[in-house]
Amino acid sequence: MATVFQQEIHVALSDLKLQRTIQSATARFGEKRREVIAPDVLPEYQELRDHASRLKQHTLDHLDYYLEMLEARVQERGGHVVWCADAEAAVEAVVAIGREHGVKLAVKSKSMVSEEIHLNEALERNNIEPVETDLGEYIMQLARERPYHIVAPALHKTRGDVADLFVDQLGVERTEEPEELTKIARLILREKFLTADMGISGANFLVAESGAVVLVENEGNIRMTTSAPRVHVAVTGIEKLIPRAADLAVFLKLLGRSGSGQPITSYTSFLSGPRREGEINGPDEFYLLLVDNGRTKVLADEEKRETLHCIRCGACSNVCPVYRRIGGHTYPGAYSGPIGAILTPQFAGLGHEPELPFASSLCGACGEVCPVKIDIPRMLLALRRDVKRGEAREKRWFPEKLAFQGWSWVMRHPWVFERAGLMAQVFLPPQGGDAWIRKGPGPLEAWTDTRDFPPRAPRSFRRLWRERSGKAHKEPAA
Amino acid sequence: MPDRDRILSKVRSALGRSSGQAVPAAPPPRLVIPSWSLEERIRRFSENFLGETFVAANGDEARDFVASKTEGLAAVASNSSVLRELGVSGLPNVQCGFVDRDELRLACIAAGVGITSASYAIADPGALVVLAGAEEERLISLAPPRHIAVIPADRILSSLDELFTVVPDPALESSSMVLIGGPSRTGDIEMTLTLGVHGPREVYVVIVE
Repeated sequence: MATVFQQEIHVALSDLKLQRTIQSATARFGEKRREVIAPDVLPEYQELRDHASRLKQHTLDHLDYYLEMLEARVQERGGHVVWCADAEAAVEAVVAIGREHGVKLAVKSKSMVSEEIHLNEALERNNIEPVETDLGEYIMQLARERPYHIVAPALHKTRGDVADLFVDQLGVERTEEPEELTKIARLILREKFLTADMGISGANFLVAESGAVVLVENEGNIRMTTSAPRVHVAVTGIEKLIPRAADLAVFLKLLGRSGSGQPITSYTSFLSGPRREGEINGPDEFYLLLVDNGRTKVLADEEKRETLHCIRCGACSNVCPVYRRIGGHTYPGAYSGPIGAILTPQFAGLGHEPELPFASSLCGACGEVCPVKIDIPRMLLALRRDVKRGEAREKRWFPEKLAFQGWSWVMRHPWVFERAGLMAQVFLPPQGGDAWIRKGPGPLEAWTDTRDFPPRAPRSFRRLWRERSGKAHKEPAA
Repeated sequence: MPDRDRILSKVRSALGRSSGQAVPAAPPPRLVIPSWSLEERIRRFSENFLGETFVAANGDEARDFVASKTEGLAAVASNSSVLRELGVSGLPNVQCGFVDRDELRLACIAAGVGITSASYAIADPGALVVLAGAEEERLISLAPPRHIAVIPADRILSSLDELFTVVPDPALESSSMVLIGGPSRTGDIEMTLTLGVHGPREVYVVIVE
């Protein structure tokens, strides 16, 4: 029986319009990234990756020290630090801050953690209206969907989709011009920025030594969110720390380039606490929410700790042959793509999302493009092993294990392999037409549920090899 | 146990560390500063910055440029001493000297142009660096649809690496430092570049030699 995940995959694969949209968007991102990291443009690219990875490793290995330093610095500047063990504690904290300040309207800039903890739903339940202000996120909120891609939330929507949505939800005159659609959103959201009592942001980096939140964007909605309302709440995971402001010299060079192919984004904000004496605009109150929600569990697993290096650039999704087919909504949880496939099962517990680590061809592209050098393919393999160990503990009977022991023995004995191949030919249909085997017999059906088996070739690979290498000796290449 | 202690104790047991245990020095910051001449920095800034750059030979030229870009428009200027000294603040349609938050906010919303200076600029990647404080503030460079920044040429640094050498900890100086790489932009609808989402769609930088 197909699981929800498998059903979602089939839905995405059969939507041709969606397939074209994802393919072209991710290809563009990929091209732009390659242009700005090319050796003649950024010769130090590999060195920057090494350095970023070392810095992340050092910070995570001593995370308690940097968390306490961050907390002290935020408090020194009049900010509040709220520690949240799980999603529930985090949303309760935001609601409580909202109540304390009589908040009715909260403007939000993009935050993956707020997606992870389902913050908007909780705010709505408590009569605080959350308004997403990043254009892509705003579109997603109107559509009542979750972000499709880590840096491009509405990547799967065509201009026609957005036009329909604006007509239905905002009652505006229909236009498909991105320029006009953007103007409509600007007008509506401008009003929201000026009347909101609270601004909620995420954080790209937390600078321990400065007690600062660093936010990277292109639209200006983050600057508005963090500057206009009286209260600024930054909701973020405990893993976002870096030691010093100077370390941004490395991370900023990698983030914009890897995420959207930009040497620098339009705006990078370095914010430390509420507005100070002599500053006219800026929040009167600043709250930093440090969310665990499964992160300490990942931290405790030395083998997979580097999963927490992630700076959410989305480069891995753009090159992933699986993401580029099945798209962002197929992945359960807030995080999609290869990083989601290793993050979500670790945050939620393997029992919840056992299929995710298998949703990969292990081609290695994700690990290659990761700016902080997370070895995603190795993490996927380790998680697969953990899933299988868990299943083996649950079951007393090991048919799969037996089958693989048999397979392994056959593979180590070439003469057996060849004869087994000859025997298999009797059972397999011949090549020609659409002869792929889509449904295996008996228990093999489980295998063909998610894969097709190729038909028999007229001549085996081993036979072809023998023939060709024989020829090659006689006829050297011209 | 409150969440703070619970999380910290989980972190420590995950890492096998005890409270107050010493930490080895972090890998040193990687700061490599190229030795570009002023001309080189101006050239690279003009090339890399995604807004438009105008190099003014003197103060009068700078003021005239700003005047031409604010003609017929309401403009709001920051309290920067650079703008005052160049006479930009005194241009007929320019409002400045705000101290009240609400008044400034209304002026910014109504204005067609926001005029600021910048604490620094960076040549590569091209960016303005604005620290909020007595001279600059957050909304003038953000809310109006056109932003003009007037900066003395010698404020152009070479790179991010030089910025963090000159300002090792921005938090010591301001609650807000923002790097501005160009106009406000988005590609959220079909990856079509659209300018002026929530911030200005036009950014001019006037470099005064």
